[in-house]
Amino acid sequence: MSETPLIGGLTQAPIDSRLAGARIGVVTFPGTLDDRDAIRAVRLSGATAVELWHGDSELAAVDAVIIPGGFSYGDYLRAGAISRFAPLMSKIVDAANSDAKLPVLGICNGFQILTEAHLLPGSMIKNDHLKFLCRDQVLRVENNTSAWTNAYDLGQDITVPLKNQDGQYIADEKTLDALEAEGRVAFRYVGGNPNGSRRDIAGISNAAGNVVGLMPHPEHAVEEGYGPGHTGTDGLGFFTSVLNTLLGGK
Amino acid sequence: MSESTKKFNIDTVANAAVTPDVELPWAELGLKQNEFDDVVKVLGRRPTGAELAMYSVMWSEHCSYKSSKNHLRQFGDKVTEEMKKDMLVGIGENAGVTNLGDGWAVTFKIESHNSPSFVEPYQGAATGIGGIVRDIISMGARPVAVMDPLRFGAIDHPDTARVMHGAVAGIGGYGNSLGLPNIGGEMVFDSIYQGNPLVNALAVGVMRHEDIRLANASGKGNKVVLFGARTGGDGIGGASVLASESFDDTKPSKRPAVQVGDPFAEKVLIECCLELFKGSLVEGIQDLGAAGISCATSELASNGDGGMEVELTSVLLRDPTLTPGEILMSESQERMMAVVTPENVAAFEAVMDKWAVEYSWLGEVTGTGRLIIKWAGEVIVDVDPRTVAHDGPVYDRPYARPEWQDALQADKFNGSAADATRPATAEELKAAVVELIASPNMCSKDWITNQYDRYVGGNTAQAFPDDAGVIRVDEETGLGVALATDANGRYTFLDPYHGAQLALAEAYRNVATSGAIPMAVSDCLNFGSPEDPDVMWQLSEAIRGLSDACMVLGIPVTGGNVSLYNQTGSTPIHPTPVVAVLGKFDDVARRTPSGWKEDGQAIYLLGTTADDLDGSEWANMRGHLGGLPPAVDLERERELGEILINASRDGMIDSAHDLSEGGLAAALVESALRFNTGARVALDEVAARDGVDTFTLLFSETQGRAIVSVPRSEEVRFNDMCTARQFPVSRIGVVDAAGKALDIQGLFTAELDELREAHEGTLPKYFG
Repeated sequence: MSETPLIGGLTQAPIDSRLAGARIGVVTFPGTLDDRDAIRAVRLSGATAVELWHGDSELAAVDAVIIPGGFSYGDYLRAGAISRFAPLMSKIVDAANSDAKLPVLGICNGFQILTEAHLLPGSMIKNDHLKFLCRDQVLRVENNTSAWTNAYDLGQDITVPLKNQDGQYIADEKTLDALEAEGRVAFRYVGGNPNGSRRDIAGISNAAGNVVGLMPHPEHAVEEGYGPGHTGTDGLGFFTSVLNTLLGGK
Repeated sequence: MSESTKKFNIDTVANAAVTPDVELPWAELGLKQNEFDDVVKVLGRRPTGAELAMYSVMWSEHCSYKSSKNHLRQFGDKVTEEMKKDMLVGIGENAGVTNLGDGWAVTFKIESHNSPSFVEPYQGAATGIGGIVRDIISMGARPVAVMDPLRFGAIDHPDTARVMHGAVAGIGGYGNSLGLPNIGGEMVFDSIYQGNPLVNALAVGVMRHEDIRLANASGKGNKVVLFGARTGGDGIGGASVLASESFDDTKPSKRPAVQVGDPFAEKVLIECCLELFKGSLVEGIQDLGAAGISCATSELASNGDGGMEVELTSVLLRDPTLTPGEILMSESQERMMAVVTPENVAAFEAVMDKWAVEYSWLGEVTGTGRLIIKWAGEVIVDVDPRTVAHDGPVYDRPYARPEWQDALQADKFNGSAADATRPATAEELKAAVVELIASPNMCSKDWITNQYDRYVGGNTAQAFPDDAGVIRVDEETGLGVALATDANGRYTFLDPYHGAQLALAEAYRNVATSGAIPMAVSDCLNFGSPEDPDVMWQLSEAIRGLSDACMVLGIPVTGGNVSLYNQTGSTPIHPTPVVAVLGKFDDVARRTPSGWKEDGQAIYLLGTTADDLDGSEWANMRGHLGGLPPAVDLERERELGEILINASRDGMIDSAHDLSEGGLAAALVESALRFNTGARVALDEVAARDGVDTFTLLFSETQGRAIVSVPRSEEVRFNDMCTARQFPVSRIGVVDAAGKALDIQGLFTAELDELREAHEGTLPKYFG
């Protein structure tokens, strides 16, 4: 593991001015809820957060994109099924699939949108217990080579909040086998599967490793006093990982 | 004439003037004979159908507070200048506003949605959240959190699961979709609420001072616009019919009178309104809740400086068959009405278009002082808006202390038949503690709170099960607020005056326990029928008690809600005044959590314990309700609050937990389970000091008490502070992180795993 970029404090200027040069876009759809939280997480990692609107037609020269959680369009249809058609989404899909391999992170509803947009395989259905569940969740890092996970140790356990109604990850057996074989299962639930997800999968990446989606919320575990158990900041690694990728060429 | 107008025989004002003898369904709409006569007198003619619809909903108990108004005045009268100094907006607006300093203001309010939540628990509870959140938006604030005080019937009654599942899923489904963290509330099971659960909802919002908005329509020529969801047939007559009747199995289902919520529409409405406020694009704004357009037009016009004229056929409809009266009464959710200057019309429309929110321009502010509503150009309403919105009937309902009150208060738990099995041996006491923390009212509420998002927004510094919810307001300075809601229906049943004060005392104590300085109060007064003199006495006593106590504690009531007719058949609920207290932190980083963490810290008990088992959870578990509730000592509460706040500010304590329902036994177990950290506790010395037996020390609910954990390095300073204030304090134990047990020395040791299993097993056992 290469050296982790230093983390900027809440009220301090970024320690490394190169970090602030990294522009990370956060997309807001109608019904997005965790956009301000994702923006805060980007800022705490030292990078510059750029607000993106779903109806925008350009990516505003961002170096990476986060699609945050929420209930875009109310999730009245399949979660993410409408948002994938937003004008900005086609730009994001193109950029993610291009040679430049734009790093894209989908959290919760963002993960659902990425599967609907076919950047990631599989889909999410209602939790097996049929209830919304909010709890502090332990995840095992199963891949530390992607653009969003390279700051973690392989096999490391991290605790981040989980909160959703439609969090049960499903895919056909062939797809699941392929994900496992290619090392694309990024995170697995530890200490009890909270929603019936196949093979305890909490998050996955695409083949190139620039696109990652997961149901739990790393952006809610970035600041002491406001994360799991009031002290947890395990989620910061996502945001330092992408800075490693952007600045260190990892 | 257009197609839409031909469908009805429109009852115009002109028609009403020449047909005085037309029969009108005023009784079906919930008006009494004398009230209908008043309407005729005010208008000088019979009302049109549309006017009748407006008066009937606006003069309902729910909208007019006609039975409670005479008593509620005390909240405004018993206020000193000192109490007013931080109040930016007081009672009467959609919600009160309190100054937080640094240019920040906070607004909060608690409301009931009891009746709809019994008829249709999911939608009833969901729209309860939706309605209170719109009240907060319409003050110009960004909503930042919600809370939900809940009361259900007996935990093992078959209908309780229906209401519980529906209400909790509704609160979660709506609140989670809005991106509002749910930071606390209450959960009580009691068969007295079997046919009438209490679903109260609190919302809190923050704003800069310059963003405060009020509900008034001023400035002749300004445009009136309705925006948000379309108007449909849901909730018609909800305010007048539902809120004033008890439920009877023999009548047809009232389901159609319950509104249906669309949280996505509300989330978009929130963001859209905040963008309007940011651009200063609205002059006045009002949410549409109970009584829909009737309420919004009459209140905006009544609060304004002129009149208002609107065209009702311009309202966008979900159901084109609605009559003018139905459109005026519809309680369709997720709608707002605003007043916009002609210059801002284009900018307003641009914001609507960005968020894809539908809107329609209904009319404008006039200088006539009248509220005129037209249907395709014909006048169907021509009223003085004050007579609709503010000058409704006021009743001085008879009230008297119930005949049975003396006998009830004489029936003490101590020595009663229910007290025959009082635990005494070590083994019995341990079993009693386990039974207590597994009991319906004292068990873990995780089954509920795990269905609520407490993280969204990233500013939740504390949430349930901590004593108060804590939200950061300003990320730069750490400025924040704490909120707690409390009520004890059993205490208030035994003694309404002191019971209401005890609710305030506990909420105040919970806020102070977190380290925040209490600043303001909002209340939701849930009572039975005001036409019952016993209930009316309970209500008047509770209001008198609460307003007196606010004076002593120096914190004003800034708003609230009264919910009457809460009863099953002829049996009223326990009087349940739910009190919310809001406190302030200069820096939320110094908040005090409720559980132990650090090994070796000393545990202190603040306050003294008396025999206060009447009305307690223990007595409740043994089926006894009688005697007098714990004594209220507001000066003692204030002193305790100052100690907790100063100790938090000066870093003398690392945890604090108030003692209330379940007494010391519940507080010790909750402090241990919070962060899975045990303790060794010795009770003999303090029991001897207070002259009570160990059982009473553990289970009594004497007020003005808290337990705190103090780092060794701070013990001298902490003791000195308590001594200087002459506040009773006793060192009762030490935190033992390795032990993973609660060890009551000389009595018993309870493993934390065993306690946790008992505490957390109850709700899943009943509700899956």
